Amino acid sequence: MLSCSPTSTHHPHSTSSQHSHPQTQTDRHPSNAPTMASEKSSSDLTLLDFWVSPFGQRVRIALAEKSLPYEYVEEDLLAGKSERLLQSNPVHKKIPVLLHGGKPVNESLIIVQYLDEAFPDTPSLLPSDPYARAQARFWADYVDKKVYDCGSRLWKLKGEPQAQARAEMLEILKTLETELGDKEFFGGEHGFGFVDAAFAPFTPWFMSYEKYGEFKVAEVAPKIAAWAERVGKRESVAKSLYSPDKVYDFIGVLKKMYGIE
Amino acid sequence: MSEPVKLIGCFGSPVVHRAELALRLKGVPYELITEDLNNKSELLLKHNPVHQKVPVLLHGDRPAICESLVIVEYVDEAFDGPPLMPADPLARAAVRFWASFMDKECRESMWMALWTDGEEQAGAISAAKANLTLIEGQLPDGKMFFGGDTIGFLDIAVSGIAHWMEIFEEIAGVRLLTEEEHPTLYRWAREYTANQTVRQCLPDRGRLLAALAPSRDIFVSIAKTMSAHK
Repeated sequence: MLSCSPTSTHHPHSTSSQHSHPQTQTDRHPSNAPTMASEKSSSDLTLLDFWVSPFGQRVRIALAEKSLPYEYVEEDLLAGKSERLLQSNPVHKKIPVLLHGGKPVNESLIIVQYLDEAFPDTPSLLPSDPYARAQARFWADYVDKKVYDCGSRLWKLKGEPQAQARAEMLEILKTLETELGDKEFFGGEHGFGFVDAAFAPFTPWFMSYEKYGEFKVAEVAPKIAAWAERVGKRESVAKSLYSPDKVYDFIGVLKKMYGIE
Repeated sequence: MSEPVKLIGCFGSPVVHRAELALRLKGVPYELITEDLNNKSELLLKHNPVHQKVPVLLHGDRPAICESLVIVEYVDEAFDGPPLMPADPLARAAVRFWASFMDKECRESMWMALWTDGEEQAGAISAAKANLTLIEGQLPDGKMFFGGDTIGFLDIAVSGIAHWMEIFEEIAGVRLLTEEEHPTLYRWAREYTANQTVRQCLPDRGRLLAALAPSRDIFVSIAKTMSAHK
């Protein structure tokens, strides 16, 4: 996943701090911290994460949807990976990692399913019908396989490879647009669901994709653009995501690190 | 629950095998429609427009279910029969994790180990063997399968190691899975391929070898592309 952290002026959290509201993330007053994240460990949950990671944000959204208290731990990935991270996820050494009673669960979509199954009395993100579950898993997997990778190529590359990435991104957005159709959420009858949680964290990245790809999501995929606005207002999402400007600046930092102009 | 089940597949595919085995383990009768992937049918393109790949599951009139592991979980949940997934949420998360690991890191490292050469290959062989060790570590002590006494989700997910690996090894002239280095995994592979239900949907070794061997050059060029994209 992301192998660096923002510059110090952007660094919103100190290690082991409470998760602060994204709109005031440079202003770390405890009063801004949502109560859920400040109730340490009554559900015995800890999340090792990185502020701007869309994968970590999926888990934050799920935890918020379920009103589950947890301890948020920011991994300063630029400073190197902590012992705790390396021990909790020795295979991938990546965030997010959920620790439940000290036991690690890795991979964002696997964590979200785990939360559904370990906390069955909380609102679920996957529907109960096996067929609807299969479709939700398929589309979340599609988002997983396609969006971040293609988006990265969009801002990393130039010339023909970038043009290819742009074409792919348009294809991805149109495919998701068709899947969303006229539904309010990808979850359909279920309401805000697994695919919504999987894709919502990428909505602040749209502005950057638009800038690098020279297109407008609202033109290419108007239903997706409208969905992005809708989910952005949802409390669990609003408090887990950072602004498009912050994401754009973060990409700038990454580019500098990779020596890309 | 007696709506017809159809599975669109093709000969020799390890991911189609996953779907078939899941159906058989749950005792679900199905019709197998065999595709020629060099000449994809209207049926396949219509039902899997997104990826245009097999396997594709058609259950009654429902729109298709695609992606082998999604199909396996669906079959487990939609039909009665012995559960393929463990019951405990942490155990379920673990098998999903290792299945994902198989499909990403493991498969990639094995591919590079088989089809690159020189120093790159040496490194890839090390990585592939290390990945096999990690997978081996998931076998419960004293049990025959990843699922315990019976075949489960993770057995199905890593079944490529049990049957296809050895055929690719023969074509490439490279050994990755040996009894000396991975005794428990090696034994699992033999148990898996000897299982009666597995044998019903496992492609014949000789036929598979004959089908895959001519594609050696293609495998090498795929490895080159993967290498370039790292």
